[in-house]
Amino acid sequence: MAGIKKVTTPISEEQIRDLKAGDRVAISGVIYTGRDAAHKNLVNLLAEGKPLPLELENQIIYYVGPTPAKPGQAIGSCGPTTSGRMDAYAPLLIKLGLKGMIGKGPRNAKVISAMKEHGAVYFAAIGGAAAVIAQSVKKAEVIAFPELGPEAIHRLEVEDFPCIVAIDSEGNDLYVSGLEQYRLS
Amino acid sequence: MREIPVAKIVETVKGLCIEAACNLPEDVEELIKKSQGKEESEFGKYIFEQIIDNIKLARNEERPMCQDTGITVVYLELGQDVHITGGSLTAAIYEGVRQGYQEGYLRKSVVDDPVFLRKNTGDNTPAVIHTEVVTGEHLKIMIVPKGAGSENMGALKMLKPSDGIEGIKDFILKTVREAGGNPCPPIIVGVGIGGTMEKATMLAKKSLTRKAGEHNPDANYKALEEELLEKINLSGIGPQGLGGRVTALAVNIEAFPTHIATLPVAVNLNCHASRHSEAIL
Repeated sequence: MAGIKKVTTPISEEQIRDLKAGDRVAISGVIYTGRDAAHKNLVNLLAEGKPLPLELENQIIYYVGPTPAKPGQAIGSCGPTTSGRMDAYAPLLIKLGLKGMIGKGPRNAKVISAMKEHGAVYFAAIGGAAAVIAQSVKKAEVIAFPELGPEAIHRLEVEDFPCIVAIDSEGNDLYVSGLEQYRLS
Repeated sequence: MREIPVAKIVETVKGLCIEAACNLPEDVEELIKKSQGKEESEFGKYIFEQIIDNIKLARNEERPMCQDTGITVVYLELGQDVHITGGSLTAAIYEGVRQGYQEGYLRKSVVDDPVFLRKNTGDNTPAVIHTEVVTGEHLKIMIVPKGAGSENMGALKMLKPSDGIEGIKDFILKTVREAGGNPCPPIIVGVGIGGTMEKATMLAKKSLTRKAGEHNPDANYKALEEELLEKINLSGIGPQGLGGRVTALAVNIEAFPTHIATLPVAVNLNCHASRHSEAIL
């Protein structure tokens, strides 16, 4: 495990190409939250030909539904949710310019294929380390679908948000290579 | 006969919901620390450090360990000489959950209709309540918030008696392998064997609340737990599924008599944050 690479949003093509599966990274800038219900809404809006409530170009979506913030906190606990549930929606968003996704757990072949074709990266955050992760979130506000409660789309300002490049833009997949490295049966 | 007023139950459930979300039982923390030394991968070691930091931060600042503060599973052990006064027991549990999730700043993660509406109920109710009536004058309440990341990876199989112990092992190992990094490994693997379809799943879930580090008292099941843990940890899945030696912290098996023609096996997985809290009134 080498040094920690700094990533800033909006993420550039150059940064995308530099990130390799197995890199530890610290993300700073603005990222957007979105999980099951928000993704369904986004895809429905696209199907109806309506505008989206956020710009996807060169952005990162974090699969999370935070706990409510206590008074004085920017956000409550906010670790990643299982990304596989967003696999049905991710390829379309990647095609529209989304460059990064943060979550936990493996992605399917269609998502990886879209990532390779359009140059996108999948980051793994540590599932269950939600209180620690919250410390890197400096500001949070709901920008779409407030009726979804914890599933609303939030705009987060983050500083050195810790994660690992799990799948890079060439399709190298740590969920496959890491397991192979340690598999004994 | 002893009277227990519902107000006491509301207050207790409220406190237990907050405690379960923010304060990991120390025996679980000890098991995590004990397993940390077995990890060889760099990411695995890093993940263990983060998990342990997170446990301390959550406890010290009363923050939820995980943003998924679960659907609330409630185990009641109700003494048959107890009389609940002042209202409905079920309503009191729901009210405790409602207040706990509101006042504890926990996430409300329950939708009303599972298929058509999926509208958030806004207060994390209803809870899933399992009641056992026992002798005595006490009411024991255990709160188990269950997150969906690990819950989604569980499975049930109605084996044939001829499938035997090999069939059981194959099914458990297959379930864990297919879950991979999804249930937030290192996991605790809950297994229920025997009974009926629903009894096996109940045993599997309840086994997750067993004191960490303890085995099934029966020597045969203890040996099976140890063998399965070793096999699971040869899988290479590792912490968070990124590769490593520690995929599971424990395998907990509970068994129950069953019908001559069946062999139900249920697997219920829990992430490393094996949360639960309890009180006796």
